Amino acid sequence: MAQLTRRTTALQKTLSAAILSTRHLSTSPITVETSVPFTAHNIDPPSRSVETTPQELLTFYRDMALMRRMEIAADSLYKSKLIRGFCHLYDGQEAVAVGMEAAITKKDCIITAYRDHCIFLGRGGTLLEAFAELMGRKDGCSKGKGGSMHFYKKEGGFYGGHGIVGAQIPLGCGLAFAQKYSKDENVTFAMYGDGAANQGQLFEALNMAALWDLPAILVCENNHYGMGTAEWRAAKSPAYYKRGDYVPGLKVDGMDAFAVKQACKFAKEHALKNGPIILEMDTYRYHGHSMSDPGSTYRTRDEISGVRQERDPIERIRKLILSHDLATEKELKDTEKEVRKEVDEAIAKAKESPLPDPSELFTNVYVKGYGVELNKSLLELDLTNLSRFSVEQSLVLFSNIKLTLLVIDCISQSFGADRKELRAVLP
Amino acid sequence: MWGIMRQRAACKAYHALNLEQGIRAIALRAFSSSAKQMTVRDALNSALDEEMSADPKVFIMGEEVGEYQGAYKISKGLLDKYGPERVVDTPITEAGFAGIGVGAAYYGLRPVIEFMTFNFSMQAIDHIINSAAKSNYMSAGQISVPIVFRGPNGAAAGVGAQHSQCYAAWYGAIPGLKVLAPYSSEDARGLLKAAIRDPDPVVFLENELLYGESFPISDEVLDSSFSLPIGKAKIEREGKDVTITAFSKMVGYALQAADILAKEGINAEVINLRTIRPLDRSTINSSVRKTNRLVTVEEGFPQHGVGAEICATVVEDSFEYLDAPVERIAGADVPMPYAANLERMAVPQVEDIVRAAKRACYRSR
Repeated sequence: MAQLTRRTTALQKTLSAAILSTRHLSTSPITVETSVPFTAHNIDPPSRSVETTPQELLTFYRDMALMRRMEIAADSLYKSKLIRGFCHLYDGQEAVAVGMEAAITKKDCIITAYRDHCIFLGRGGTLLEAFAELMGRKDGCSKGKGGSMHFYKKEGGFYGGHGIVGAQIPLGCGLAFAQKYSKDENVTFAMYGDGAANQGQLFEALNMAALWDLPAILVCENNHYGMGTAEWRAAKSPAYYKRGDYVPGLKVDGMDAFAVKQACKFAKEHALKNGPIILEMDTYRYHGHSMSDPGSTYRTRDEISGVRQERDPIERIRKLILSHDLATEKELKDTEKEVRKEVDEAIAKAKESPLPDPSELFTNVYVKGYGVELNKSLLELDLTNLSRFSVEQSLVLFSNIKLTLLVIDCISQSFGADRKELRAVLP
Repeated sequence: MWGIMRQRAACKAYHALNLEQGIRAIALRAFSSSAKQMTVRDALNSALDEEMSADPKVFIMGEEVGEYQGAYKISKGLLDKYGPERVVDTPITEAGFAGIGVGAAYYGLRPVIEFMTFNFSMQAIDHIINSAAKSNYMSAGQISVPIVFRGPNGAAAGVGAQHSQCYAAWYGAIPGLKVLAPYSSEDARGLLKAAIRDPDPVVFLENELLYGESFPISDEVLDSSFSLPIGKAKIEREGKDVTITAFSKMVGYALQAADILAKEGINAEVINLRTIRPLDRSTINSSVRKTNRLVTVEEGFPQHGVGAEICATVVEDSFEYLDAPVERIAGADVPMPYAANLERMAVPQVEDIVRAAKRACYRSR
């Protein structure tokens, strides 16, 4: 049954694509103007005119609609307690993720903080991996062991997903250092928020990046609130694109995917030749800081709805598509329905995914894994999974005598809450 | 012959440490002309040199590692040999360069990050623990971090409270880290090579006062493929009456204590831990099951220290074998004072270890 629905969805996609391609040459270029010109610091800004294609416009629309839908769905999952702990949603900021991806390749690296679900998607992550990870299931991108803040996709050049505010910036400069060391001709985008922009380690890393001409692009996603603190209450100078001093900067309308694309393309060329550059994306988040924040104690509902009406990134693309006659209202609505269906299917599949096996408690602590020892009271654990550990590693205890022998013969190195009951052994 | 030498040396009031070392060195020179000597400094330098030569992904980053030739000359000559791309001098920004090192490790390079002392690692401790140690687990194996954080740890001489702390217990508590503490030149070479080759983040705790000490070294150790296993302690001296565990500089003190105890009829077994995490519980427990008495020795603060963990592990796994309570010798429970007499009281001395061993043998006074 699931296969049938998948085939129908695929069919629908090819149909809509076919319809669109008969109408226009999807590679014929269109020139789009960014909403506002770029504001520059210590550098000549790029042009406001951005080259794009009908295909790209439609892809932008679909991708952003998918991201928006995923975040809204995560909101309901959190409220129904299927997602626990922290959940920081990105809706409103989709243009940054999508515009950036359009300007770079998967060999370029992206590292960001905890508002990472949509960046993960942009880097090639699937909806199933995202939802399963959010719900702590074994099909998640981090096998359920990371959670919302720790999505990774190394083969797509996505290095996480970090919970400590500001830590990702030196890490991103480290990625750039490694790219330069390896002579890879690629760049790293280290993303952070207006809250993290005041972190000391940012300036430490930026100083070294500038000294050593690292291909690092620092991207400040300025959504104007660091948790509940407005930028004017946190920063003496909220002109984050200027905070690099000797490092050039560009202020970009982060709600305009084409401005983002142009800026990232420009920044990549600059970083490969001249070292670090700062991009400040002027963006906005509709949700509060996280799911435990209603988002209304420090800003007005009028402000939120005002941005939604005037600056919504998906609306902007929709208007461009309609004005260039690339699709009808109905076709766009159908795309939205498709996307909604895709998300619902992924959630259903993710809900079926089981929780990780208990033996996973001890895996990945080190690169070479532990095997698990069980005491007799834990025999109800699924022993079939232990077959992937060697006989030397997996030891099932049936008496205290064997436990004593184990201490002498093996190097037990990790423990459960009751160390006499559950311990793990280095191979 | 030794007795005469000792009397003469005592008249000149040599420090006990130099005395014992001198006697050992002379004895070695007299009886084995082929035994080579190597300082810990040279051992570390040669290990770094060989690992950098073998793997182009290995690079060194830290304050004064390049043009200054290393604050303690550990990286001497490496800048000239490998160039500034691989021996990188940093500004005084620990949080920044530790983070940059971890990021480079994420990408696949093999950084060796030097902290001028581990006291300064506290500025970067978030990167060591949250960015390095936990990443492999949080990413379920996608992001491994083959990084080494190294530098002098613990007390030096007269450097005061902010420059004398031992971090073995703090880093030893973190799952995902490997924590090593070499004593001799063989330890230094073997463990540093193992650390650089290891795919996990390693905290490598050296000791400033050991850098200049010389140890005999065999040809096997000088081979460039030599390495020591991580997680395996070494029995420096076999015995049957009491087990003394120690790491880093305290191993030397424990060996001296064992010599003194031997004259009083107590045959002490000295274990050089070599690795703090993963702790070699099986060697420690086997030894205690043999001797039935334990003295743990460390330089760091006593509360929640390495000795506390060793005591707990022995009580859990070998309780019936203990004939006496476990004795702990540790640094004094105060910030390190500057005055020479107070500093001497704040750091374990050989007499303290001897006294504790006698107590464990119910032989005090």
